[in-house]
Amino acid sequence: MLKYNYTKEIVLLLIEILPDKCDFCGCCVGVCPEDAIELKEAEIKIIEELCTNCSKCVWSCPIEVLKFNRNGIEAAEL
Amino acid sequence: MKNEYDVIVVGAGPAGSMAAKFASENGVSVLMLEKDRDVGYPVRCGEAVSLAGIEEFVKPDPKWISAEITKFSFISPDKTEVIIPFEGKGVILERKIFDYELANLASQKGTEILTRAYVNGLLIENNSVCGVKYDFRGKQFQIKSKIVIGADGVESRVGRWGGLKTHSDFRDMESGIQITASNINVDQNTCYFYWGSEYAPQGYLWIFPKGNGLANIGLAITGDIGKKKSALSFLNDFMKNYFPNASVLSSVAGGIPFTPTLEKIVNPGIMLVGDAARQINPLSGGGIVSGMIGGSIAGKVAAHAIKNDDLHKIYDYEILWRERLGKRHEMFNRIKNGIYKFSDEKYDQIAHSLVELPDEKRTLGNVAKKAVINNPSLLIDVAKVFFK
Ligand SMILES: Cc1cc2nc3c(=O)[nH]c(=O)nc-3n(C[C@H](O)[C@H](O)[C@H](O)COP(=O)(O)OP(=O)(O)OC[C@H]3O[C@@H](n4cnc5c(N)ncnc54)[C@H](O)[C@@H]3O)c2cc1C
Ligand code: SF4
Ligand code: SF4
Repeated sequence: MLKYNYTKEIVLLLIEILPDKCDFCGCCVGVCPEDAIELKEAEIKIIEELCTNCSKCVWSCPIEVLKFNRNGIEAAEL
Repeated sequence: MKNEYDVIVVGAGPAGSMAAKFASENGVSVLMLEKDRDVGYPVRCGEAVSLAGIEEFVKPDPKWISAEITKFSFISPDKTEVIIPFEGKGVILERKIFDYELANLASQKGTEILTRAYVNGLLIENNSVCGVKYDFRGKQFQIKSKIVIGADGVESRVGRWGGLKTHSDFRDMESGIQITASNINVDQNTCYFYWGSEYAPQGYLWIFPKGNGLANIGLAITGDIGKKKSALSFLNDFMKNYFPNASVLSSVAGGIPFTPTLEKIVNPGIMLVGDAARQINPLSGGGIVSGMIGGSIAGKVAAHAIKNDDLHKIYDYEILWRERLGKRHEMFNRIKNGIYKFSDEKYDQIAHSLVELPDEKRTLGNVAKKAVINNPSLLIDVAKVFFK
């Protein structure tokens, strides 16, 4: 799960999607500067290779589905 | 289905359906793709529109009108209520049915519609968009077209893939939440707007009646407010304090881009309409009618460009949109930037000066003027709002 972003630093995905909460409304997609969120009718996914962990999606989600997790999402999933 | 279409419209909201209808009506073949299984559902909308705006496109039908609005009520932070009669007529839609109806109008003119078709890429040749890639029930397809119209709403990834900068600054995106609730005892012909930091800082909270004690209650805040407290949390607080006995029948989230139209809404082979183009009225956040207007212009222009065999003509759409509404939205945006940043004290001050006016003088048009006369210190603010 390690990846390189455009500054060539090794970055871990730090944006967590809390399970079973998303309403698939697209607000986060509309503010993501990197086009790093894929949203289908009832499916949401952050494209790790593109995400810079800027947190703009977290601030814009109306219903607290997204969370900045400094330990990385894998740690949170354990 | 054909192998190729003149126009492919992505997204079957009001803007997409109008683009499709007007393109079909003007004699070109149209396919409209929608990712959801149902056109018009889920409803991410307060559903308030002016009747005159809708009537330009479709005959009003009681099937999709749930309430008629004759008054606005503005509630200031100290709970001063200012009631203003609405000179035109407003309606609260039943958008589930309304959106269906618009798609049906397009279909009657010849548009083919495919739901559960998620567009996940564009076909591009010689720097020009010439079709889409889409996922339909787990299988990947692609289909060519002369023009793609992106009507894919607030997220508009289609626009980005076509080289148009459709993402919004998080400070301009109003993150919204709305419930439809029962046992809401409010006047059934009034739209209520609550202003101030308790309800929705840098935005507003609304109650729109839907008949029989039902109402849409929602609010929207920008991302810089959402950093500290979410829209959900603001709404929960409001409901606990004001309507503790309400039952929630449905609940949706949604983003409303409060900005003027994007600078560029056309690139070779691609046009954007509705929320995708940021055609929302940036003062009120209403985007149904303006999206339909944008869609109708785009549909017509696309058809004419194809029939005249001159695809460069799609750039006319940018000019026509700017003349019809784009320029006006820029002015509304300047006003919004002033009003939405007023302090609670300022909202109260304005409300106090307005309640003193006799009923017949309390028209929307008179409000700004009279407020200034009754409260000269406002002059500076209004001047700032208008001339900055
Ligand atoms: C909470 C809230 C309250 C609002 N209240 C009001 C109001 O009271 N009055 C008003 O006028 N406006 C209101 N608005 C704004 C209004 O809802 C929008 O402006 C309007 O729906 C825009 O229409 P549209 O056709 O551009 O986009 P949408 O109606 O959003 O339609 C876009 C469609 O594209 C589809 N789509 C997206 N991506 C893809 C893809 N990749 N492939 C296929 N399909 C795709 C979506 O599923 C959707 O059906 C509100 C908005 C919100 C969020
Ligand atoms: S953190 Fe930033 S880059 Fe990553 S998905 Fe959210 S908005 Fe996009
Ligand atoms: S903004 Fe929140 S609710 Fe909306 S799609 Fe993104 S994560 Fe889901």
